[in-house]
Amino acid sequence: MTLSTLAHAPATALQRHPLYAKLKSHRVLLAALFLVVFPFLLPLKAVAVNILIYGLYAVGFNLLFGYLGLLSFGHSALFGTGAYLCGIAIAHFGLPWWAALIIGTISGTLMAALMGVIVVRTRGIYFAMVTMALSQCVYYVFYQATSWTGGENGLRGINISTLNLFGLKINFLDPLTRYYVVAALVVGALWFLSRILASPFGAVLEAVRENESRARASGYNIDRVRLVAFTLSGAFCGLAGALQAIHLAIVPIETLHYDTSGLAVMMCLLGGMGTFFGPFVGAGLFLLLENIVSIWTVHWQLFVGAVFMGCVLFLPQGVWGTILKRLER
Amino acid sequence: MSVPVSDVILRTDSVTKQFGGFTALKNISTSFQRGAITSIIGPNGAGKSTYFNLLSGALKPTNGKVFFNDRDVTGVAQHRFAKLGIAKSFQITSVFPLLTTHENIRVSAQALVTCFDMFSPRANMKDLDETADELLKTVGLCDRRDRLAGELAHGEQRALEIAMALASRPSLLLLDEPTAGMSPEETKSMMDLIVALGKERTIILVEHKMKFVLGISDRLLVLHHGELLAEGTPDEIRRNEVVKRVYLGQREH
Repeated sequence: MTLSTLAHAPATALQRHPLYAKLKSHRVLLAALFLVVFPFLLPLKAVAVNILIYGLYAVGFNLLFGYLGLLSFGHSALFGTGAYLCGIAIAHFGLPWWAALIIGTISGTLMAALMGVIVVRTRGIYFAMVTMALSQCVYYVFYQATSWTGGENGLRGINISTLNLFGLKINFLDPLTRYYVVAALVVGALWFLSRILASPFGAVLEAVRENESRARASGYNIDRVRLVAFTLSGAFCGLAGALQAIHLAIVPIETLHYDTSGLAVMMCLLGGMGTFFGPFVGAGLFLLLENIVSIWTVHWQLFVGAVFMGCVLFLPQGVWGTILKRLER
Repeated sequence: MSVPVSDVILRTDSVTKQFGGFTALKNISTSFQRGAITSIIGPNGAGKSTYFNLLSGALKPTNGKVFFNDRDVTGVAQHRFAKLGIAKSFQITSVFPLLTTHENIRVSAQALVTCFDMFSPRANMKDLDETADELLKTVGLCDRRDRLAGELAHGEQRALEIAMALASRPSLLLLDEPTAGMSPEETKSMMDLIVALGKERTIILVEHKMKFVLGISDRLLVLHHGELLAEGTPDEIRRNEVVKRVYLGQREH
């Protein structure tokens, strides 16, 4: 079974239904409405921000994995670079929060472009291995640059208590306010993604996913399409990392660890790769499981691992992917 | 800029292709006439597909050169061929299975216009939609417009693939066994389609079933054991004693 048959069931009667098309074309608006009430639906409000941030990270990863079928094991480098550069901008240069977020996003993008130039020619397992190796290089660079990054102790001093937005002072220490600030940015990123998927470039992504050699014969430069997709993926992951930095007020070195890369893979598979909201659902499930199970046992990873394996074995399209499929019947 | 239009659209200059120690093609020099339908025939293992892949840029010759409109295109990246005006269909049906028939053609046509535009909605590109609808008409798939390509019958997928190749407005169309796996009726309509398309552009096709192509080709090349055995008009090939011996004498023809 190829990646694409896993992720994309043929269009059914439901998909051709006008209401479905309408809902789909307003999916970002629907997501925004949902995110307004989301924290109140959760047993633990504090997890909501984490779900947003990791959800965005997984969305960035999914752009490559779900839409192009490229399995990267090096996305921690993109997430981590965004986090560190955003943190450095604030802690070392005292830049305002919005500038730091922009710097984080751009640095994630640039890191992705740099890695992309090296990896886009490789395929399959080599792609996974080379991305992982590169992310380890990035890890050591940040680990060694102690005076900038704090090395092993992580980067501290990213203290943001109020956000100044055109004269409006927003109290960033209030958890709910913080949630809505992050949610607004995440919705913005989703809107951007939705536009990309509906654009001519989105059509090229579909074509490459469906049949690479046919797309090449039609005149598309596949390596360049991959490079651009990788770079875009870096923008989303870089923003997620930057948000993580201002949310936690610290960037632990683990942010760059390959565990973080694995997290994106797990969240995508749990939720449903190649679907628009799947990565968010996966991030939500993973983090809720982690938070709830770890209340009564320190061995929470055992349970999360079991759930993950169950999902892979019995819901190969992920939770969201399976829901979509059931709805379509 | 005036381009001198020569009669030769494509030319191979002593091309050789080796795979490891095996020589699949030996020193083939020939030229293809503009505006003609040329068929490359030969028994199994003759090197037809290898030669086709050299012409379409999917493979690079070990030795020798390929010229398109007197321009050396040896080793030019595959994706550039579409922009040069060379399009191809694959031997094994190759479409975008989970996209609609219309979208298959539309995205193929889009390659000439834009690849990396990620800000304008693709629905705005009305002329691409129209191109796709026109080509659906050309290959007779109008009633399949919104079906997924993967749901089409085999013969329909082959026709769709030709429409996708035509979407890049090629001056040279390369078809690798366009009737492979088709029923006699499907083969007949494919042959009619090829003849119709051949009125406006140059076509080179590889075909195993010789009797089908004798009727529609202006010229034929016969390959055997990686060498060019004969070339000429259908009548010349029919009369050629060597060809008769290696090819027509076989049970399947």
